[in-house]
Amino acid sequence: MPTRRAAFSLLAGCLALAASSLPAAAQNAQKLKVVATFSILGDMVRNVGGERVEVTTLVGPNGDAHVYSPTPADGRRLTEAGIVFTNGLKFEGWIDRLVKSSGTRAAKIEAAKGVKTLEGEAGGHDHGHGGSDPHAWQSIGNAKIYVANIRDALIAADEAGKATYEANAAAYLGRLDAVEAEIRGLVAGIPADRRRIITSHDAFRYFEEAYGIDFVAPQGVSTESEASAKDVARIIQQIRREKIAAVFVENVSDARLMERIAQETGARIGAKVYSDALSEPGGPAGTYIDMMRHNIRAFSAALSS
Amino acid sequence: MLDLFYTPFSEFEFMQRALVGVIAIALGGGPVGVFLMLRRMSLTGDAMAHAILPGAAIGYLVAGLSLPAMTIGGLFAGVIVAVAAGLVSRFTALKEDASLAAFYLLSLALGVTIVSLRGSNVDLLHVLFGTVLALDDSTLLLLSSISTITVLALALLYRPLVLECVDPVFLRSVSRAGTPTHLIFLGLVVMNLVGGFHALGTLLAVGMMMLPAAASRFWSNDITVMMLLSVAIGIASGLSGLLLSFHAELPAGPAIILSAGAAYVLSLLLGREGGVLWLAWPGKHLEA
Repeated sequence: MPTRRAAFSLLAGCLALAASSLPAAAQNAQKLKVVATFSILGDMVRNVGGERVEVTTLVGPNGDAHVYSPTPADGRRLTEAGIVFTNGLKFEGWIDRLVKSSGTRAAKIEAAKGVKTLEGEAGGHDHGHGGSDPHAWQSIGNAKIYVANIRDALIAADEAGKATYEANAAAYLGRLDAVEAEIRGLVAGIPADRRRIITSHDAFRYFEEAYGIDFVAPQGVSTESEASAKDVARIIQQIRREKIAAVFVENVSDARLMERIAQETGARIGAKVYSDALSEPGGPAGTYIDMMRHNIRAFSAALSS
Repeated sequence: MLDLFYTPFSEFEFMQRALVGVIAIALGGGPVGVFLMLRRMSLTGDAMAHAILPGAAIGYLVAGLSLPAMTIGGLFAGVIVAVAAGLVSRFTALKEDASLAAFYLLSLALGVTIVSLRGSNVDLLHVLFGTVLALDDSTLLLLSSISTITVLALALLYRPLVLECVDPVFLRSVSRAGTPTHLIFLGLVVMNLVGGFHALGTLLAVGMMMLPAAASRFWSNDITVMMLLSVAIGIASGLSGLLLSFHAELPAGPAIILSAGAAYVLSLLLGREGGVLWLAWPGKHLEA
């Protein structure tokens, strides 16, 4: 009879569905699934977590997290994760709502917790970003705080891996020290009166604070803001007055404004620099350490010549 | 005092280029905006900003983040959407606004799907839309060509276009020029919009089209006068917006649109043809 057959096949279907989730559950026990909001953070988590974690990144290489809009697939990734790593400092304006709407029970960790923050706008006019400059990872000292926070969060979620995480973190911190020494060395090699760089948006203020190169940008702290004619005029006047040789465009910004400024002042456009996102994995800035190294070499090459 | 008006432009080349760009877009966009307004298609601009996404997405798939490729793709998508909407509204019971709404939503959804299939999360439209402060030679040439073609085309099509706006049934009874005229007009609209997006961003492209036209409506009933006025208001807003952006540190695009908006509000209140003040206190009727 139709109804009995239907009921039987419905029951069989439900059992099959239930059984299919068992192998998935068995696999979960092996690796800790974590989500990082953007590529730089993802790279750090991968280095600290090593083989014990499986990292998914939401805003991929060359992506702009200031203006990213998350997809339903991102919400699903959040629900499957055990920890969600964010930068914090309102870098990801979209993450709170995404976490809430996905209903994930993952621990939400702010990697920038404990970092000494810089205020939003140096010029006093705040383009609505309200508060701190989020690009804290541009200083290696802060990156070490990030690594410590990541390590502690991973240990809290996965006690069994404590030794591994501590070892990985210690090794990574050592490599960070080496890069920092390289940065300081290269900065020292630039004549003191030439340590000035123009970039598209105010992404490098922590770098400026830590290593002593001056950064000026027409766009404010977020790529969502728009430059005013006065900002652009000021920068052009500054470039002309101080005879700045090179301007730089980040991988997440529109190059046209910088090109206009470069054409009007005779400055060169330097190599592409990476501020808010890594390059694709094989590229010049595929990891955080590569990124910092690439940036300082680009700055130093343009300014020392 | 005159210094304040003159120095920004004499000292900085980017300001000169911005002014030229704004004049170009006002010249092309003003008359087109007047016709859009008369045909009750004023929201076309915003719809188009979304409708061009699949074209830009296909351009991105083919050529990566190449602005020319994405702009040309966007142009094709915009023309297809506009023409399809136009044909539907002419031959079926659905009117222009509903048919455009349906097609642009379809187009937008298609565009988002194409972008997601690629797997990357680049905000294409954010990349595509330019800023008035960054106009290079090729962009200025693009803007000027578009406004030249627009003005010439409008000159050729003026009579059928006006008749289309005010008495389409009569036009259909005396001539078969109605549908082609409308479609060419839609093509001009898309061209102005896409060129505007590429060079200046959505806000400026659409704003310079609609606000001066809306403001000009309050000063005259004559279409020719409206077109001339909208061009003049557009150029004046561009100039004042750029000066505001320079002296008061406002972002450039919004400053221009705010100036145009101020012109609109003034026209709304004080305009001779149907302005609020004149409606509230009409003059005496002539009596014998």
